[in-house]
Amino acid sequence: MKTLNEFVALCAELFYDTDASEITATTAFHDLDEWSSLVGLSLIGMVAEEFNVGLKGNDIKDSVTIEDLYNRVISKL
Amino acid sequence: MAFLDFKNVRIAGISAGVPKHRVCNLDIKDISADYDAATFVETTGVLERRVNEQLTTSDLCVPAAESLLADLGWDKSEVEGLIFVSQTTDYYLPATACIVQNRLGLSKECYAEDIVLGCSGWVYGLSSLVALMAHGGIKKALLMVGDAKRRVRLNDPLFGFAGTVTALEYQENAPGFRFHFGTDGSGFDAIIIPDGGSRNQVTTDSFKEEVIDGRVYNRLETRMKGMDVFSFGIMTAPESIKKLSGYFGFDYQDADYLVLHQANLKMNDMIVRRLKINPEKVPSCMCHFGNTSSASIPLTIVTQLKGKVETKLTKFICCGFGVGLSWGSVAFESDHMVISDLVEVESDGADKKYVV
Repeated sequence: MKTLNEFVALCAELFYDTDASEITATTAFHDLDEWSSLVGLSLIGMVAEEFNVGLKGNDIKDSVTIEDLYNRVISKL
Repeated sequence: MAFLDFKNVRIAGISAGVPKHRVCNLDIKDISADYDAATFVETTGVLERRVNEQLTTSDLCVPAAESLLADLGWDKSEVEGLIFVSQTTDYYLPATACIVQNRLGLSKECYAEDIVLGCSGWVYGLSSLVALMAHGGIKKALLMVGDAKRRVRLNDPLFGFAGTVTALEYQENAPGFRFHFGTDGSGFDAIIIPDGGSRNQVTTDSFKEEVIDGRVYNRLETRMKGMDVFSFGIMTAPESIKKLSGYFGFDYQDADYLVLHQANLKMNDMIVRRLKINPEKVPSCMCHFGNTSSASIPLTIVTQLKGKVETKLTKFICCGFGVGLSWGSVAFESDHMVISDLVEVESDGADKKYVV
C-alpha cells in the first residue's frame, strides 16, 4: 500500500503550475490557485489507477488537506 | 446479474445524422470561471460540435433512416418495428416513435415505442429490439437513437446533436448479441434536469441561474456532478466489459474494436488504460462531435469505421454508461454491415408537418 508521502508526491504531479514544494500532507488543496474541478478529475483518475478506489465528489469537497484525502482513500480500500 | 444472450438477429446497417452547423469550443469566451476554453478542450477532447437549435432528434434520425434504407435496398413496407431512444423527444406525448412511423412512411402494422435513456441508450435499445426480433415475429426493424434540440437552448460546450439509425434484421442462425446491464439509481442526480418533469413542474424559478463548478445553469438545463460521473465512468465501464467477457467466456482483448460512449477524452482514456487495451482498437469521434449522448456509439462507428469493417467479419464490444446511473455492454460480430455516409442536416430539415 502506498504511504502518505507517496500519495502526496502523486498529488503534486497533478499540478503543472504549482511548485511541488507547495504540496505537502497539510496543504489545503482547494486554496491552491491552480485547483479546479478539472484537476479534481485528474485526482479521481490517479486514485482509481493507483488504489483501484472510486472517489466521489463529496470525498474531495469534504477533504481539506491532502492527508484528509489520503485517509478517505485508505478507508475505502 | 443482468446478462442476456440473443441469437438470430444481425445488424444490417448503421447511419447517422448531424446538423451541418459546427460550433468551435475555442471560440467560446468565458467558458467557465474555473478554466479557459483551451483547458476545457484539452481535458474533454471536445474541439467542436454539431448544433442547430432548429433540429430535433427525429429531424436528424429521419434523413439518416432514408439514407440507410436506400443503401440497404429495404422497402419501407418491410419495416415492422421502430424503437426511438432519446431524452429529447419532439413532444412529451405522443411518443416520437409514433410520429416517425408516419413521417417515414412505414406501415401501420408497425411496433413503435420510445425509450427514455441517455448514454447507455444505444445498448439498451439494441437489447430491447433484438429481444423482440429473436423469434422471427419481426423480421426488419429500426433502432433510432440520439439527442438533439433540448427543451431550452443548449448551453453546455460538452454536448453535440446527433441522431442515429441501426437497422436490424432477423436471420436464422446469426450469432447475435451478448449483453451485460447495470443500474444505480442512487446516482439519479449525478446528471439531471431538475425541473420540467412532474416532480418539479416549470415555474419562473426554473429559469433562475445558479453557478455550478464555475458554469451557469438554470433548472431546465442538464447539470452534472462532474467528479461523481467521472468516478462512476472509469470504475463501472471497465468492470462491465470484464463481467461481460468473464460471464460469456471470451477475452475482450480479442475484439477488433471497443466502441465506448464518447463521454469525454479524459474519462475514455482512463477506461482504456484500466482495460489495458490497445488504444488503436478504440475509435473516437468526440473531438469533432462532442458528447452526443446515446448516439455516440453508432456515430463513432459511422464516422470512424466506415470503409474499415463492411467487407469482413468484425468483432465489436460496445459500452454505454452515464445518466441514470445506467450502463450496458454488448459483444457482437458484424458481417457485411452497411455503413451509410454521414448525413448533414440543414435548418430546413426541421419538421413542418407534425407541428401543432
